[in-house]
Amino acid sequence: MKLSDAEQTIERTESHAEDHHDEMRGKMGMWLFLLTELLLFTGLFLMYSVYRYLNTADFHRAGLETHVLFGTVNTMVLLTSSLTMVLSIAAIQRGRKWLSVGFLSSTILLGLAFLVIKLFEWSLEIKEGLFPGSTVLLSKPNGEILFFGLYYTMTGLHGLHVVAGMIVLSFMLVFILRDKITPTDYIKLENAGLYWHLVDIIWIFLFPLFYLIN
Amino acid sequence: MADFAISPHDVAVHSYLENRGKHKGILAWILSTDHKRIGILYLISLFTFFSAGAVLGFLMRLEMLVPGPAGKIFDAQQYNALFTLHGVIMIFLFVIPGIPATLGNFFLPLQIGSKDVAFPRLNLLSWYLYVTGGIVILLSLFRNGLPDTGWTFYVPYSVRSGTDVTMAVFGVFILGFSSILTGLNFITTIHRMRAPGMGFFKMPLFVWALYATAWVQVIATPVLAITLLLIIIERLFSVGIFDPTKGGDPVLYQHMFWVYSHPAVYIMILPPMGVVSEIVTTFSHRSIFGYKMVAMSSLAIAFIGYLVWGHHMFVAGETQPAQFAFSLLTFLVAIPSGIKVFNWVATMYKGSIDPQPPFLYLMAFIILFSIGGLTGLVLGSLATDVHLTGTYFVVGHFHYIIFGGGVFIFFGALHYWLPKMFGRMYNIKVANWALGILFVGFNLLYFPMLLLGYEGMPRRYFSYLPQYDTLQHISMVGSWILITGLIMMMWNLIHGIFKGEKCGANPWGGTTLEWTIPSPPPPENFEEIPVITHEPYYHPEAEPSEAEPALVGK
Amino acid sequence: MSDIAQEIRDEKKTHVEPINYGRYVLVWLALIALTCVTAVVAGINLAAFTLVVALLIAVTKASMVVNIFMHIKVEDRIFKIFLGIAGFTILIIFTLTFMDVFFRR
Repeated sequence: MKLSDAEQTIERTESHAEDHHDEMRGKMGMWLFLLTELLLFTGLFLMYSVYRYLNTADFHRAGLETHVLFGTVNTMVLLTSSLTMVLSIAAIQRGRKWLSVGFLSSTILLGLAFLVIKLFEWSLEIKEGLFPGSTVLLSKPNGEILFFGLYYTMTGLHGLHVVAGMIVLSFMLVFILRDKITPTDYIKLENAGLYWHLVDIIWIFLFPLFYLIN
Repeated sequence: MADFAISPHDVAVHSYLENRGKHKGILAWILSTDHKRIGILYLISLFTFFSAGAVLGFLMRLEMLVPGPAGKIFDAQQYNALFTLHGVIMIFLFVIPGIPATLGNFFLPLQIGSKDVAFPRLNLLSWYLYVTGGIVILLSLFRNGLPDTGWTFYVPYSVRSGTDVTMAVFGVFILGFSSILTGLNFITTIHRMRAPGMGFFKMPLFVWALYATAWVQVIATPVLAITLLLIIIERLFSVGIFDPTKGGDPVLYQHMFWVYSHPAVYIMILPPMGVVSEIVTTFSHRSIFGYKMVAMSSLAIAFIGYLVWGHHMFVAGETQPAQFAFSLLTFLVAIPSGIKVFNWVATMYKGSIDPQPPFLYLMAFIILFSIGGLTGLVLGSLATDVHLTGTYFVVGHFHYIIFGGGVFIFFGALHYWLPKMFGRMYNIKVANWALGILFVGFNLLYFPMLLLGYEGMPRRYFSYLPQYDTLQHISMVGSWILITGLIMMMWNLIHGIFKGEKCGANPWGGTTLEWTIPSPPPPENFEEIPVITHEPYYHPEAEPSEAEPALVGK
Repeated sequence: MSDIAQEIRDEKKTHVEPINYGRYVLVWLALIALTCVTAVVAGINLAAFTLVVALLIAVTKASMVVNIFMHIKVEDRIFKIFLGIAGFTILIIFTLTFMDVFFRR
């Protein structure tokens, strides 16, 4: 029996309300959350742009004091961690559980490496007297004070997100080990990966703004 | 017309109000992920905070008994704390969560034919964050005292103030997360959980309003979050980003603050506008005039709302090009708002009007919102704004819009939907009387403020020149009448919930999905997920020539 | 009615073709290469242009991560729309703020 146009259209406009494994739901929720993180950092990037525009020379001078080598290495570290992240998902898609575990662990370790390098970098700068409220910094022109204020705030907040990401990924690791993430249901891992990539993207923008002003 | 008779199928075998799970008593409520229970948890918390905020407002008006500074009840510092807390509570703990957290949570799944929202546990977390945020704000009372900065927390004072700004601002930060998660939940719910046959253009307009609002919550709130976080960082580490002596720019703070806080007012008004579409169709017994335009206008308002924030900063040191741009853009938002009002009026034309309490609240809204809107035009024009900004005129303006517009419809929405939520009807006569008293009190309270501002009295001042005393006294009396009306209204509604006459599934003759299930609804909402075949406000009795229901895909 | 078309596409996409490991590695190599380029360019004095180049490279790297690592390229259109909404809002925020800042003395 041929269905009328209306009946055909109703058949096709299915509802996913009953579908407990509606993957789109979780994915959509995670993407929306990522957008909020993006807007969060937008405020800081806005502040950076305004202050750089108003204090261009000072920002250039202050930019010379950051350690380009550490910044560049850290960028490579995070980019590589993004690779191992997607490889972890690709592995579980193909049913390679232990390969996936290996890649995911590498991602977490690379995240740790990033933090260690960052902390080392910060301690160097603090030893040089370049931290908020220090006499060394306060003796410099305003633009330089602002540069370092933004430097610690933005890389600090980013660092917190790296920590949060590592915690989330550790949970995912446990889930894979306990077979709660499987080759047919790995949406949790994908969503966690999305978060990790966002953390990487934010650093991709922080890097030139704080390290590559010469 | 309204029909309160009950038939057997109106009553559910089980209602969501009964405890069937393993928890008993209060645990069954505060651990529940049922969107209906969460909506009620929000309702109770919101109105508790609203009452506190109203008392603060009452005290602020009482303070205006004498011009001062001698003979005042509160000193200047205490008065600053009063208006700060009043603003913080009313905005962040009442109007912003407002209709979405309470009635949105309860009715969004019902109106789209779903069993719950997309992320029920996240929903409960949102409520926990809400309560936590409220408590953290109040904790500032016990450390170094409530902030005295105004709810806008302008720098540099908010960084330098000796009061516990850090704690209060942190509480607002937490509230921001509650709002973001609710918005995220609603967007996903609306995209993924509509009943079969309900395309986007078959959703009720209340759902469209919630959708537009949710986008504002998700996109704008993070900007507030970072701005508040920066205040805390400044206070703790003296980084210098808002400190003029270190090159920081207080005007930049204002930009960042209002980038959120202007769209925030659309979070406050879009849901009530959605409710208006529901009420006007139900009580005119007609379908909405211009459905698509009204739906799109919600999105348009949300979008344009992002373009106008600088109109809060005309005298803060904005450069001329920015002033011109923001003033011009501000007038744009009147267009989609006007479209809504015209369509609502057209809906009522030749309709069969049933003047029940929700409809009467709608009438009050039209008058009060119009006054608020017109005064907004005055403030949006640069030349007049320069004289009126920072005066009582602004205070009158936003109370007319937010309170007279948004909150009055919130009250109207309660009168519309509480019978569905609890299956009992409140006393209609008392409801109408309460509204009358509210309306009189409201205008006596706020209209003098428009005049006071016009005559030059600044806002947030705890003492005033003797020439302003008549208007201040009228306003004060207005506040007493308003509070009387509020108490009457709330008592009537609460009494109705517990002791009111039972009413059926559809006392008002509404046509959206929530009216097709029993009052109160069963735990899973629908026995069978419905299949949608026609538009949301389909009233066959009103349009006999359209006896054949409009089908999908026309 | 794209909404219905969307539903049909959803039903078809029950099984996503996994992307080749190699493709990811290639993207990673490109990202590393771009990082080196941007570090080198920073040493060259092009005045204001240096910032523009650095930002352009950053945008390129970010879009590679978004499109390929985060799969936006193969996902439903709705995700691209979501991202577009955020991006557009960010653009507005920057533009209107600079409308003020740019004209300061």
